[in-house]
Amino acid sequence: MDYQKILADYVEMPGGLIEAFHAIQAELSYLPEEAIIQAAQVFGIPAAQAYGVATFYSMFSVKPRGKFVIRICESAPCHIAGAAKVVAALEKELGINMGGSTPDGLFTLEFTECVGQCQAAPVITINGKPYTDVSPEKISGILEPYRKNI
Amino acid sequence: MPNITIDGIKVAVPEGSTILQAAQEAGVNIPTLCHHPDQSVKANCRICVCEVAGSNLLQAACSQPATEGMNVKTRSPKVLEARKTILELILANHPQDCLNCLRNENCELQSLAAEYCIRDNPFELKVRGLGKDLSTPALFRDPDKCVLCRRCIEACSVIQTVNALGIEYRGQKAMVVPTLGKNLIDSPCIMCGQCIHACPVGAIGEIEEIDELLAAIADPETVVVTQIAPAVRLALGEEVGMPTGDLPMDVLVAGLRQIGFDHVLHTNFTADLTIMEEGHELLKRLKEGGKLPMFTSCSPGWTSFCETFFPDLLDNLSTCKSPQQMFGALVKTYWADKMNIPASKIFSVSIMPCTAKKYEASRPEMQSSGFRDVDLVLTTREIGRLFRMSGLDFEKLAPADFSPWMSKYTGAGVIFGASGGVMEAALRTVYEVVTGETLADVNFTAVRGFEGIKEATVNLKGTEVKVAIAHGLGNARKVMEQVRAGESPYHFIEIMACPGGCIGGGGQPITKTNKKRLERIQAVYEEDQACAVRKSHLNTEVQELYKDFLHEPLGHKSHELLHTHYQAKDKKFL
Repeated sequence: MDYQKILADYVEMPGGLIEAFHAIQAELSYLPEEAIIQAAQVFGIPAAQAYGVATFYSMFSVKPRGKFVIRICESAPCHIAGAAKVVAALEKELGINMGGSTPDGLFTLEFTECVGQCQAAPVITINGKPYTDVSPEKISGILEPYRKNI
Repeated sequence: MPNITIDGIKVAVPEGSTILQAAQEAGVNIPTLCHHPDQSVKANCRICVCEVAGSNLLQAACSQPATEGMNVKTRSPKVLEARKTILELILANHPQDCLNCLRNENCELQSLAAEYCIRDNPFELKVRGLGKDLSTPALFRDPDKCVLCRRCIEACSVIQTVNALGIEYRGQKAMVVPTLGKNLIDSPCIMCGQCIHACPVGAIGEIEEIDELLAAIADPETVVVTQIAPAVRLALGEEVGMPTGDLPMDVLVAGLRQIGFDHVLHTNFTADLTIMEEGHELLKRLKEGGKLPMFTSCSPGWTSFCETFFPDLLDNLSTCKSPQQMFGALVKTYWADKMNIPASKIFSVSIMPCTAKKYEASRPEMQSSGFRDVDLVLTTREIGRLFRMSGLDFEKLAPADFSPWMSKYTGAGVIFGASGGVMEAALRTVYEVVTGETLADVNFTAVRGFEGIKEATVNLKGTEVKVAIAHGLGNARKVMEQVRAGESPYHFIEIMACPGGCIGGGGQPITKTNKKRLERIQAVYEEDQACAVRKSHLNTEVQELYKDFLHEPLGHKSHELLHTHYQAKDKKFL
């Protein structure tokens, strides 16, 4: 992957490092170490600082993730509406635990804070797209199009 | 000048002062933990909270500006209770391991816990369980003990500009980590140990090697020989309850003999020798159009920094080994012959104000004698512990003498311990060698002091030699960028990795403020002043070494034993 090409687009922008990280993550679902090292060089900051930025924001991951990142809201309204059951169903359906990725590199399970859809809790997002009023029964239907989209 | 009342005491303080500064003015002691007097305000530990009239919330004294008419209570029951809770929360994540800790009885958190009568912590103990990082030969990290004050990060990134440490994640998951979350050895760390002085607890320290020394002493076949670095004596007294500079040299020698060293010698001897070699190297470069400016190479933190960040300028580094390594190479060759002791039986120990010296001694090329030249490096702190362990009473100890051949030194060797000292020592000798005249005044005061970058011009019979001195690697970086840009006006540059030079080295007694560094600098120049001989080339033992063994500076034997080459570190990331 040519990180230099992506980084070049953001180097003049104020706060461009974060935008560049978003752009790289959009391609790879995570920020590889080499991307952080090269970003530090391009932006003229120590690698320790670039790594600090990459790990500070929970939307970035420095560990490999699946093509589709499923995030389950763990804030109070979703919790009360049964998020735990959704978590259990997702873990069973995908055969992985929270924080893990499927061996085929397709799915990753993560928690998220409130995504602002409390009127229809519980909520999950898949690569940023929200699904509301989720229940264990709906899980396989929600995942189906993503599975086909290999 | 805002007028403020603290615990009923009225003080007027300069504009921009914090409550903490105002309290110091009023003689009121507010506890701190993340605050460091020589660093920026961090305000993350909250231990300094106070009540400010008109505010419902407690305010952090270290960051809250003192404003006109402010009324502060620093010791109300509400404040004391809050501080106690804060301490309990910090301690709930801190291993209850004081007895085994390197910083036992010298720990800011431990002191606070004692002061605030922490007894039964209501919070459940949750230690992260990260384990120690023992990847370097000089420093360890124990992240479980970290209180996240971030003082080490500022020492490493702002003062030293090494940037080997940073913060990973945030909130509850936040952690101080070497670059990219790696082990310290994979980071750009140059092992200067300034993070140790910055750390309020035992989260970073030197790799302790006292047992290795005791094993060598216990072996009747082994001849244990030690060298003492210039900056050690004046600070070692601090470790045994004496004021800075007060431990006399002959009493220190007696103490080391009591511990079991067979022979006590002095690195000041090879400091004088370094001046002979480095002074002549400079003259050769000046005469023959060699690479200039020439950089000193005594400080292993600095040479590692150059190898890491300025590999393109390695030819500017003097090829001279550091005094420690010159000593190591000679003690198992020249000295062994003089004393009629087989080199294979010698265990060569150096007592250093430095953590990077542990690394330097372990470099594979440092075996010119056919053996590892320096077998063991102990810091001033480790010798302090050994002295306390041995129960020595330095008030009553009868003075003792050094062993011969490598222990005589001049004032020029002594001042190696302070920033500017190597430069001044070199100038004293180079001036007399070049001009053939005796220096009327040996004191080059322009190169002394705590200013980050110092410069001077010396007239050597018509040739103007421009010199610069930098201490602390942030200052060194500025001087180096100038060299890299081809804009450096200097011929000779002295660089010491640590602020103040070796007196502020990473192996010295824990040094909370630069004020202590200034005291030690003063002690260095007092010792120099008291020396009968203050020029390296007049050291009679050094003269004998040349007559009997080396023959001439930069000669064949010197190159074999006393000079070295540097290699680019080629780090994957900086």
